[in-house]
Amino acid sequence: MQPQTDKRDLLILGGGLVGMTLALAAARKGMTSHVVDRADPAELTAEGFDGRASAISTASWNLFRNIGLSDRLEPHGSAIASIAVSDQMRPGRLDFTPEPHEGSLGRMFANRELRLALFEAAAEEPLISWHSRAEVTARHRGEYGVSAVLGDGHELSASLMVAAEGRNSPTRDEAGLVLAKWDYTHRAIIAGLTHELPHDNVAWEIFYSAGPFALLPMLDNPDGTHRSALVWTVAEKDAAGVLKLSDRAFLAEVEKRMGSIFGEITAVAPRSSYPLGFHHTAKITAPRLALVGDAAHGIHPIAGQGLNLGLRDVGALAEVLAEGMRLGLEPGDAQLLARYEKWRGLDAFTVALATDGLTRIFGIPGRTASAVRRAGMAGIQRVPALKNWFMDEARGVTGDMPELLKA
Amino acid sequence: MSDATVSVEPVSPATIGPATIRPDEAAHFGALAREWWDPKGSSAMLHRLNPVRLGFIRHAVDLHWAGDIESVRPLAGKSALDVGCGAGLLCEPFSRLGAEVTGVDAAAENIAVASAHASGSELAIDYRHGELGDLGLGQFDLVTCMEVIEHVAEKPRFVAQLVRHLAPGGLMTLSTPNRTAASRLLLVEGAEAVGLVPKGTHHWDDFITPDELSDLLHAAGLEITEMRGIAFGPLKGLHLSDDMALNYILTARRRQ
Repeated sequence: MQPQTDKRDLLILGGGLVGMTLALAAARKGMTSHVVDRADPAELTAEGFDGRASAISTASWNLFRNIGLSDRLEPHGSAIASIAVSDQMRPGRLDFTPEPHEGSLGRMFANRELRLALFEAAAEEPLISWHSRAEVTARHRGEYGVSAVLGDGHELSASLMVAAEGRNSPTRDEAGLVLAKWDYTHRAIIAGLTHELPHDNVAWEIFYSAGPFALLPMLDNPDGTHRSALVWTVAEKDAAGVLKLSDRAFLAEVEKRMGSIFGEITAVAPRSSYPLGFHHTAKITAPRLALVGDAAHGIHPIAGQGLNLGLRDVGALAEVLAEGMRLGLEPGDAQLLARYEKWRGLDAFTVALATDGLTRIFGIPGRTASAVRRAGMAGIQRVPALKNWFMDEARGVTGDMPELLKA
Repeated sequence: MSDATVSVEPVSPATIGPATIRPDEAAHFGALAREWWDPKGSSAMLHRLNPVRLGFIRHAVDLHWAGDIESVRPLAGKSALDVGCGAGLLCEPFSRLGAEVTGVDAAAENIAVASAHASGSELAIDYRHGELGDLGLGQFDLVTCMEVIEHVAEKPRFVAQLVRHLAPGGLMTLSTPNRTAASRLLLVEGAEAVGLVPKGTHHWDDFITPDELSDLLHAAGLEITEMRGIAFGPLKGLHLSDDMALNYILTARRRQ
């Protein structure tokens, strides 16, 4: 390999929420990076509420605070005060409400706000070199480092390559890391709803046999009207039909499923959708390569844990690399990658399996199953230890937590 | 492996003093040198040991020079000497930590591989092939000699040579297997039988106990400042421990 003039610590392929957060977390630890992303940053400034939103757990919020983003993000978050779980809106609702001293279950953010805040912070960070609207045409992982060739022929080099490209990561596939995949044959319909009554910071998870119907509390509009983000899971064969419905017909279907808990739905933002599936790789590293976020493990968005899981990857990888740097080990060192893989592999798989189990339990149709589910929910309601476990999972504070995700 | 042996430079008996590594052992490691940098190759155990012993050294460096524990260049402005450096597994981290590094090894091919790797890593390290006592090197702030003394025939002379290269106010770090029933079973017979370390790496009779090494260092004018065991557990892997039955690592300085 030729000596490179701008060899950096990290070559991060994919500049989404997870990739950008990693670049910032690494920069705070003194590591330099190239970030390559296909998207046009101008798209970030496009106005509008499209319903794409993320539940940021307390642990993920700690990460944002530790990398200096919390002041910038604070005004855009809507706290989740409690989570209401219901089986088809029948009696037996299960409430997760933490005690006042236990703090919030998380905060809802429009993805656009997260992207903007991360992008602004990255633009000010001299240790990050940003390459937008760039396609990677070739990747190389060698004995002394890694490199990627961009569409314009430019070559970027670093010590470690990080794949943060999401679930269809071409870098992961090229490295031959095998994916275990469970396809739900379901699709999530995402939309922003404006509604009459305030949501009181309650997140709703309403389970139907076709799949969960989730309402996540968003910040009010500037004019004082109330908003929630809808994540509605439908069978793949029904998805095209649902997407094609007129706004009026769509609203009627939505109201049928959520009743009048938020009063009248006054507006619906453009709908989007994505296929659901649970995928996981047992190996999340290869020589001089680490996978983070959905490239390593994608889970059902039912519990809002997908991004949180990706941010735990970020915290763990940044900590392992920073500790390695204190010992004089370079970021691509095989021992550091082994430690990252050992740390994250099991945690991600546990959360993915738990979420998958939850989906399957609620995916069984029929009256008996519904009765069992409601009995189960009532049971959980009465057993504080189980409830606390669920709440800690929602907050993302169980397991071996990276330092960056601690308060 | 056979072609690697061919490329080993003949080691002139004239440069092999009585305090040196045995010629047959130098040839043995020279043959292994190409594989040294493969983390899954024949030196896999050394690669896994590396973060553990670097963690111990980092802690000792911060204590010894009262440095900033967050700094990524705690050895800036310091000189370091690694004796028995192999292919540079310790020299390269020391160089990244800011030290002016010299690496010495008795096997010519180790030095060739180490130099090639340092150039690939874009690190400037002064590698020397030969016998420590014959190289005319000066004194160093940090002197390390890891997993070497057990291969040395005449240990007191070797220790005296190490001490001669330690600058006043400097820090020395040594690690070596203990001579116990456990180390005989696990390091020599067990690890070699299952291929964790290459056959012929260790001669148990040459191992040295913590007490014996303490006496040697004391006789050479040093005092031991810290000593930890390096143990192996099924979940933790290799880690620092109070159990010194297998392997131990220590820091020492000149007696005040």
